[in-house]
Amino acid sequence: MSENKHVVTMLVDNEPGVLSRIVGLFSGRGFNIESLCVAETIDPLISRITLVTRADMTILEQIEKQLNKLINVIKVRELAKDESVQREMALICVKAAPEHRAEILRIVDIFRCKVVDVASEHYTIEITGDEGKLAAILNLLKPMGIKKIARTGIIALLREPK
Amino acid sequence: MKLTGAQILMEVLKEEGVDTIFGFPGGAVIDIYDELMKTDIRHILVRHEQGAVHAADGYARASGKVGVSLVTSGPGATNAVTGIATAYMDSIPLVVITGQVPTPLIGNDAFQEADIVGITRPCTKHNYLVKDIDKLARTIKEAFYIARTGRPGPVLIDIPKNVGSAVFEYKSLGEIRMDSYNPTYKPHKKQLKRVADLIKKAEKPVIFAGGGVILSKAAEELTHLARIGLIPVTTSLMGIGAFPGLDPLCLGMLGMHGTFRANMAVSDSDLLIGIGVRFDDRVTGKIDTFAPDADIVHIDIDPTSIRKNVPVAIPVVGDCKDTLAMINQILDKEKLADLDEKRRPWLDQIQHWKDTKPLAYKQSEVIKPQYVIEKLHEITKGEAIITTEVGQNQMWAAQFYHFAKPNCFITSGGLGTMGFGLPAAIGAQMAFPDQLVVDIAGDGSIQMNIQEMATAVQNKLPVKIVILNNRYLGMVRQWQDLFYDKRYAATDMTHAPDFVKLAEAYGAKGFRATKVEEVEDVLHAGLESSETVIMEFVVEREENVYPMVPAGASITEMLLV
Ligand SMILES: Cc1ncc(C[n+]2csc(CCOP(=O)(O)OP(=O)(O)O)c2C)c(N)n1
Ligand SMILES: [Mg+2]
Repeated sequence: MSENKHVVTMLVDNEPGVLSRIVGLFSGRGFNIESLCVAETIDPLISRITLVTRADMTILEQIEKQLNKLINVIKVRELAKDESVQREMALICVKAAPEHRAEILRIVDIFRCKVVDVASEHYTIEITGDEGKLAAILNLLKPMGIKKIARTGIIALLREPK
Repeated sequence: MKLTGAQILMEVLKEEGVDTIFGFPGGAVIDIYDELMKTDIRHILVRHEQGAVHAADGYARASGKVGVSLVTSGPGATNAVTGIATAYMDSIPLVVITGQVPTPLIGNDAFQEADIVGITRPCTKHNYLVKDIDKLARTIKEAFYIARTGRPGPVLIDIPKNVGSAVFEYKSLGEIRMDSYNPTYKPHKKQLKRVADLIKKAEKPVIFAGGGVILSKAAEELTHLARIGLIPVTTSLMGIGAFPGLDPLCLGMLGMHGTFRANMAVSDSDLLIGIGVRFDDRVTGKIDTFAPDADIVHIDIDPTSIRKNVPVAIPVVGDCKDTLAMINQILDKEKLADLDEKRRPWLDQIQHWKDTKPLAYKQSEVIKPQYVIEKLHEITKGEAIITTEVGQNQMWAAQFYHFAKPNCFITSGGLGTMGFGLPAAIGAQMAFPDQLVVDIAGDGSIQMNIQEMATAVQNKLPVKIVILNNRYLGMVRQWQDLFYDKRYAATDMTHAPDFVKLAEAYGAKGFRATKVEEVEDVLHAGLESSETVIMEFVVEREENVYPMVPAGASITEMLLV
C-alpha cells in the first residue's frame, strides 16, 4: 500500500507532558511525523495540534486509534484536502544581489507575500499559503540563493457547511 | 475537613476499597507511610520494589480488583518499572504510587530524583505528577477509574513530598466521570447480528479467547457460546482458564507452543472468532499464512487491537462480557437445529488431530518436568492458583496443568518477565489466604526475585514454589539447541545455590526430588505443609518444549516430540 501524506488534527488538554505523550507514541510505534504545530485554542484549557504524517491506510487507522486512546487527547480526525482549509507560513531569507532585487520584488508581488526584513545583502520574505504555493515560490527563489528558511508546518481546519 | 496530602491519599484509598498495599519505604514517602500505619489497610513490606509491583499484579489477577503499590522516589520508582511494564503488557489494573522530591527541587537533579512520569509514559495506561494539593484527590480517583475501566492497565501517580505534607480542605468526590475518556462497553447490535449469521453458516468455526475474557469476567458467557454454537475454543497464553481445559471442545493453547490440534484447527477454520485477544506474533506465527481461509471476527474493548495485526471481516468494539451475552441472546432465540450433524465432520477432524498428535513427552529414568506438572495437577485436583516464572517452566505449566477456571493461571505473557512468579504468588495468596497458591518456577527465574522468600515467610504466607531445576536457562538453551547448532552460549546455570538450604535460610521448608519415585512424595510433603515451601525437582537437563513453531514460520509448521 502506498504511503500518502495525511493531515491529522486533534484537540488535547493544554497541560505539561501532553506533547511528549503524543511524540512518544509516534517514536515508540515507528509512526512518522513530517510536521507538527501546537497552540492554544480559544479555550485556554485546550490546545489544537495539527500533524502531518506519511502512512498507508492501515497505519493511519492505527495512528488515529492510538491517539484517541491517550487520555489527554479529546478528539482526533484526519482532514482531507477538499474538506478543509490548509495553510502553512514560511519565512524565507533570500540572497538579494543588486541584479536580483527587482526580480525578487516582482515574485513577492505575484505571490502577494511581503518582504518583512531588508538587510544589506538579504531580504526576508513572509509567505502564507498551501503547500503548492510554498513549493512554487521556493522554486523561483532557489536560483538566487536561499540562506535560511523557517516553516510552521501545516495548520488546518475543517470547512463549515456552506 | 482539613487534611494533609498523605491523609487525603488514605481517605481516597479507603473509598476505593483498597485493603492491601505492597510497598517499600523511603524518604519521599515517609509521611505517607506514617499515615498508612494509622489505617486498617494491610501493608506488605517486600524486599525489592519490583516485587511490590508484581505482588500487586498477582493480587489483581487473582482477585479481579485493582492492585496497589507504594514506593519511594528515584531508585524506588525505577526499580518498579519492570513490574509496571509487565502489568501494562498484560492489561492488569494497578495503581502505583511513587514518592517524588519536593516540587521546588524537581528538575534540579535533586537527591533521589527520577523523572518517573517521563520514564513510565510508554508503559502505563496513564500517569500523573501531582503538583498541587488541590488536584490530589481528583487525581487519585481518576487513577483508579482509568486503571479498572476499559482495557485495564497500570496507572502511576507521582506525589512530591511537599504535596503529601501540604494541607487542604477534603471532601469526598464520590463517583467521577471523565470527559476525554469514555471506553465503549456496548457493541453495535448490527455487527452482532452479522456475527450470529456467520456462526450459523460456518462449517469449521473456532473461538480464539484471550486475557480480555478473563479481565471482563466473561468466562461463563464464553462457555455458553461455545456450547450452544458447538464451537471449539483455543486460547492465548493469557486466555488460559477462560474455558475449561478438559472440556471436549477445548483445543488448548494456540501459537508457538500451542497444541497440534489448536494450530491445525485455526489454520483450517472458515470462521475465527477472536475475543479479547490481540493476535500477538507468538500466536499468529507468519502472518500471511495465519487462518488463511477464515473470516475473522474480532471482539475487543480496545479499538487499537483491532486490525493492528490481522485483517478483520467483522470488527466489534465492546466489552467481552456484554458482547458475548448479546450474541448468546441472539443465538438462544433462534433454535440452532441440526448443528450436531453439521459440526460432526469438523469435530471429528479435530478429535483425529488430538488422537494422532497429542501433547506428549517421553518418560525416562530422570524426572521429566512435564511429569511433575501432571502430578501437581493430579494431587491438587486442578484447583490451585498457579503463578509461573518465564521460560520452559511457564510453557509446561500452560500445557499440562489443565486449568478449569479463570483467574487461576497467573503468568507474565506479554513482557515475559523472569522473576514474576514468586512475588505474584505472594499477591495471589494475600487475595486468597485459604487457597493453595503454587509458583511453577525455573532455576534461573526464581533467582531473579528470590529475596521475596523473606516477604512470604515474614507474613506467614504458605506459598509453594516448585522449581523445575534443569540447570539451564532452558528456553534460551532450547533455541540454541534447535537453531544454533547446540552452541550453549551463556545459558549454563550449573552454579546455583542449594535450594533446600536456601529455603531453610529464609525460615521456609525445602524438599528435593532427584528420582522419579520421589516426585509424588515431595509434592505431598510440600503441598501439605502450612509453611512457605520450596520443592526442587532435579529434572532432565535438555528437555524441550513441544510442539514448537520456529520464529517466523507458519503455525502449521510445528516441530513435534
Ligand atoms: C528478565 C528477563 N531476562 C531475560 C529473559 C530471557 N529469557 C526467557 S526464558 C529464559 C530462561 C529462563 O530460565 P529458567 O528460569 O531456568 O527457566 P527454564 O526455561 O529453564 O524452565 C530467559 C533467560 C526474560 N524472559 N526475562
Ligand atoms: Mg532452567
